[in-house]
Amino acid sequence: MSTFVSEFKTRATEKSGDLRHRQFIRTALRGYEAARDKRKGAFQSWEAARQAAAETKWEAVNHLDTHLEALVAKLEARGTKVHWASTGAQAREIIAKILREKNARCIIKSKAMTSEEIHLNDALEKEGFTVVESDLGEFIVQLRHETPYHIVFPSMHLTRGEIRDLFQKEIGDAPSDSPEDLTMVARRVMRQKYITADVGFTGANFAIAETGMISITENEGNSRLTSALPKTMITLIGIEKVLPRFADLALFLPMLATAGAGQPMTCYNTMYSGPRQPGECDGPEEWHVVLLDNRRTELLADAEQRDSLHCIRCGACLNVCPIFRNVGGHTYGTTYSGPVGAVITPHLRGLQDWKHLSNASSLCGACTEACPVKIDLHHHLLQNRRNASASEPAFFEKLAYQLFGIVANEPKFWSLAKKIGWLTQPLQRAVKGSALDPAKAWTKTRDLPPMPQETFKDWWRNRK
Amino acid sequence: MSERENILGRIREALKVPAPLPGSHGDTSVYTPAKAPVSHAREWLPSVGASMAEQFELFAKNAADLKADFQLLASREELKAALAKIATAEKWSLIASHDGELSNFASRSLGLPVLLTDKGYDVQAMEKCDAGITECDALIAQTGGVAVTSRSAGGRALSVLPPHHVVVARREQLVADLPAAFALLQQKYAPDFPSMISFITGPSRTGDIERILVLGAHGPKKLTILCL
Repeated sequence: MSTFVSEFKTRATEKSGDLRHRQFIRTALRGYEAARDKRKGAFQSWEAARQAAAETKWEAVNHLDTHLEALVAKLEARGTKVHWASTGAQAREIIAKILREKNARCIIKSKAMTSEEIHLNDALEKEGFTVVESDLGEFIVQLRHETPYHIVFPSMHLTRGEIRDLFQKEIGDAPSDSPEDLTMVARRVMRQKYITADVGFTGANFAIAETGMISITENEGNSRLTSALPKTMITLIGIEKVLPRFADLALFLPMLATAGAGQPMTCYNTMYSGPRQPGECDGPEEWHVVLLDNRRTELLADAEQRDSLHCIRCGACLNVCPIFRNVGGHTYGTTYSGPVGAVITPHLRGLQDWKHLSNASSLCGACTEACPVKIDLHHHLLQNRRNASASEPAFFEKLAYQLFGIVANEPKFWSLAKKIGWLTQPLQRAVKGSALDPAKAWTKTRDLPPMPQETFKDWWRNRK
Repeated sequence: MSERENILGRIREALKVPAPLPGSHGDTSVYTPAKAPVSHAREWLPSVGASMAEQFELFAKNAADLKADFQLLASREELKAALAKIATAEKWSLIASHDGELSNFASRSLGLPVLLTDKGYDVQAMEKCDAGITECDALIAQTGGVAVTSRSAGGRALSVLPPHHVVVARREQLVADLPAAFALLQQKYAPDFPSMISFITGPSRTGDIERILVLGAHGPKKLTILCL
């Protein structure tokens, strides 16, 4: 068993038995559900909007080369420097090189899952740069030296008391445990950082091929400030984030807000098309956009699961997933957790090491139904299971199915097996759940129904 | 070969196999979507009334839900009075604004020192301002938000750095919905877009602590929209 799977099992067992955690997450998500349903209900047709969003993303992803070339040509025409990175290591090096050239010391960051994906903060801190996360949730988990718990709500696993204690310990300022007071502490800390940071770093939600723009969605205004005040701005974006047209945002922005947080629109939706232009009074002098592949092209090559590149990282599938809600975000051990993480992580980080995530699913389909761009998530989980067992079949499982095939295909063997089953039943009960039980993973927490003495066939034959 | 060529090469290789149609569950027929699937977005997004009165009513309701202060004013005198009332209540002593017909009127009406951003400004000085007064490109009835750009609203920082953002707008700037707002921006600016376009929908907020709403996370704690 790989360490990833045993770690997953250990953490999942611990978290699913942690009733406080479960209660806390459920309460947090109940509010989300009510708000999301209200906002979805306000759409004249959420279903038609989903289909159009899926088709738009399909168009973008299935003509990715032409859209990327158009995007880059437009960006460069306005003075933006575009970099291409095949791997996380290349992206880290490109970013570190810009920072070295600028003699930068402090980098203010707004939320970017791509930077979590390539472990950017660790790499930059090792080189001696100071990296400050400005999104409140990200700031909190950074102070705790943790990864985000959820792709949209990074600190949703923490209580206000825990955050107060953290602020007291790390910044020596925590007037009370009210969310208002704690938010104002972060606001005070961050204000001067925006002004004094050498470089502002952002992620991105969409890139518009038609007009050469990067679109960033946020609520706090930290990304607005990050891309307004520092002299240099760096944006890291996955190559799949492209949309064909400017007008596509008229649909995607409200859908992202609705699916992601139950809002009609997030507070700031901002499109950047270049560094400071002639006649403008502020904004960065230089803007670097780093396009990240990091095995997205491998996912693209799998036509069956290509639509998982449609993902707009709204987190809706995490919020509705019964597994996520019980095991929590950190259990996955991945940058992208929940159903979409279980689908894409095996592609991004290796099928055999991460195939267990596709088994951590009840295949209920709630994720597929929640997805605003109609990714066929639960079918992809099944496909991952199929691909994993096809490329590396488990010996005993294969043997068991072969034996079953022989027995089930021959009526004599079948009725004999039923007799043996009935006779050996007491034995199973004796070893149930113990090391001697071959099916202990299943039977440890479950009772097998007793087999009846008379089979249906016998009953049918003897009726009258 | 450059990384650009490597990545584009891998993309082209991958796309040789067609992908199934969205929602088709594995139907691999090659599919060409409608020219712009979102062109009917207006029919699916939340509905907006047809008349201006209905749209202003909707804007006011949405702005109130967002905890923004929206005032529809009859004259410049009323605008002046509304601003003076806020300035007194919040004890403004320094404001920031930008050059514009309406923003000049608004910022000068208070008789307070004004930091103008147009020809460059000191960031530390702007951080000390009590309010940023800007114009905008559009008011969007569907969302209760406004659209601003780095060209129409005094740069990138003016609408987010001061703790109170005051938007001064004209009635004819109201558009019904998001598709109309995007069409307006494209018509007004393409191909020479301002380097930043921002849809501001309510004052800055966060829910990162126990999902409880707090206003003024990093941007303005208050957003006031005064419409003539």
